[in-house]
Amino acid sequence: MSAREREGELLGEERAVPPERALLDVRGLRVRYGGRGWGRGGGQLAVDGVSLSVAPEETLGLVGESGSGKTTVARCVAGLLGPGAGTLTFDGRPLGRAGRRPPEMRRAVQMVFQDPRSSLNPRMTVASVIAEVWSTHPVTAPEGDRTEALHRLLADMGLDPEVASRRAGDLSGGQCQRVSIARALAVRPRLLVCDEAVSALDVSVQAQILRLLVDLRARHRLAMLFISHDLGVVHQIADRVAVMRRGVIVEEGPTGEVLTAPRDPYTRALLDAALDLDDSVPGDGTADDEAVV
Amino acid sequence: MIPAGTAREHGLTKPSPATDGPPLRIDGLVVDLPGPRGTRVRVVDGVSFDVPRATTVGLIGESGSGKTMTAQAILGLPPEGATLSGRLLWHGEDLIAADPPRRRAVRGREIAMIFQDPLAALNPTQRIGRQVGEIPRRDRLPRAEVSRRVVELLDRAGVPEPKRRMRAYPHELSGGLRQRAMIAVALAGKPSLLLADEPTTALDVTVQSRILRLLADIQETEGLSMLLVSHDLRVVSHVAERVVVMYAGRVCERGPARDVLRRPAHPYTAALVRSVPAVRTRTALADPLPGAPATPANRPAGCAFHPRCPLARARCRGEVPAVREVAPGRWSACHFAQEVLGP
Repeated sequence: MSAREREGELLGEERAVPPERALLDVRGLRVRYGGRGWGRGGGQLAVDGVSLSVAPEETLGLVGESGSGKTTVARCVAGLLGPGAGTLTFDGRPLGRAGRRPPEMRRAVQMVFQDPRSSLNPRMTVASVIAEVWSTHPVTAPEGDRTEALHRLLADMGLDPEVASRRAGDLSGGQCQRVSIARALAVRPRLLVCDEAVSALDVSVQAQILRLLVDLRARHRLAMLFISHDLGVVHQIADRVAVMRRGVIVEEGPTGEVLTAPRDPYTRALLDAALDLDDSVPGDGTADDEAVV
Repeated sequence: MIPAGTAREHGLTKPSPATDGPPLRIDGLVVDLPGPRGTRVRVVDGVSFDVPRATTVGLIGESGSGKTMTAQAILGLPPEGATLSGRLLWHGEDLIAADPPRRRAVRGREIAMIFQDPLAALNPTQRIGRQVGEIPRRDRLPRAEVSRRVVELLDRAGVPEPKRRMRAYPHELSGGLRQRAMIAVALAGKPSLLLADEPTTALDVTVQSRILRLLADIQETEGLSMLLVSHDLRVVSHVAERVVVMYAGRVCERGPARDVLRRPAHPYTAALVRSVPAVRTRTALADPLPGAPATPANRPAGCAFHPRCPLARARCRGEVPAVREVAPGRWSACHFAQEVLGP
């Protein structure tokens, strides 16, 4: 650790994943919302020079408060948004511009959203949701019996085969999120971008989906960019964590180090404000009284 | 005035004259809502608990637990078509039996409410000061006095530069300031009970901790009672002295917050506690409960939790467990609470 730290200082930046080993490599990402068009000023700089990388099979947690730019980074990586500047490299090759990515790049990076109810068409059956992605990416479509493949995929997500004929709108929140994950994994991606993927779920369901994501990550050897405001969840599942504030990454490192011995004052403030289950007596003045930034 | 049998059955504090009983006693509350095809759905099914004087009670539950419906019933604002039974005793007076003018007089004055989304609760077309000053104006205080009171209330709620901020419209304020403005509106009627429904759920962590601290401070200095409705065990554990855990419209467990969260007496509470990851240390992923939270429309027979319960056995499928005292001050609706509590 100290050797790497010293090296990081010498280089002026700390890179946990050497670019040649990275699955995803993001350099100098800048995104401006509104304004008079690129390079002409105005608007709001949402992401201001973000660089990060994710190694194969690694999970990078991206944390920060609302407005920090973490979702904007996720949308750029998933190709839903074109950055104003910066490069996105996947497995050594450019990811391609948003909306014009080559199919294999679109397939390789899949996204799971916060609210499965708004990311799935409520009137489509689960079978047609999956059939749609298979027809978009025919290389991933099963060769033999599609129904059987669909049932296998659903079983992989902990869903009964009978769910296939149900409409997304008739499913519970947890089932919906499992279907969203099934849709993402149906095309055999290598990187899963999860944007607050468990935040909208009931507490008892949240644990199921986390467990599912961790199991799938191991079985399918997935890399993950896991965006969350919940430091506890990130601590459980991320290998490394990057902390964003106002469009820049203020700290990055192994999860255990960043969340137990933060070096940046903002990370420290976030940690101080984050609540743990507290069993001290309320009102006795000991509970996180100085937690305010 | 309260039949002793009822109180003992529900394990409420001892019956006593209205003056020194708990300010709010919920006694066998039932809320039915119209369901599909003329059916009725029992969304709150015999809920009983007290909110003692100058105490914060956390009401914990997931979606469909009936926690918000319970809060709306207390406020006298149940959804269209709801029928209420049981008793909501406000200083000994049953609010369910009270006439609408009386209920309106209590709501917003003696019992005030803070909501999750201040943008939805505040009027977007009125300046903050006007909304905070609504009750003082209704009390026909002179203009200067109203304005002085508004500044004082905003200041109490921790709004910086209250004289300037009272001129702002809700959309001109940050999420945290809006929440503070809504707290000022709630305090304007000098309530003795504050109902807070997920007051910090929409806020960022740094803002959340400040708002929670403000609420705890107001509760303590004003000697208010507070009912904090939340799905977030972490939030509740920091503010509440007592907790009530609900599932599918019924109470699972209640007792002192610290004891309940340290040593749950209901398998559902135990699962909730286990599922909260620690922030500062790496905790292993919890073994999740199977299935989704039961809904009142599809409430399983017997104990509503039995299909997801690791301890479920034949008795749980057939017999609805009563809420009973399983240890001093600890109330649980589990047939096998002793097993959950352990030695």
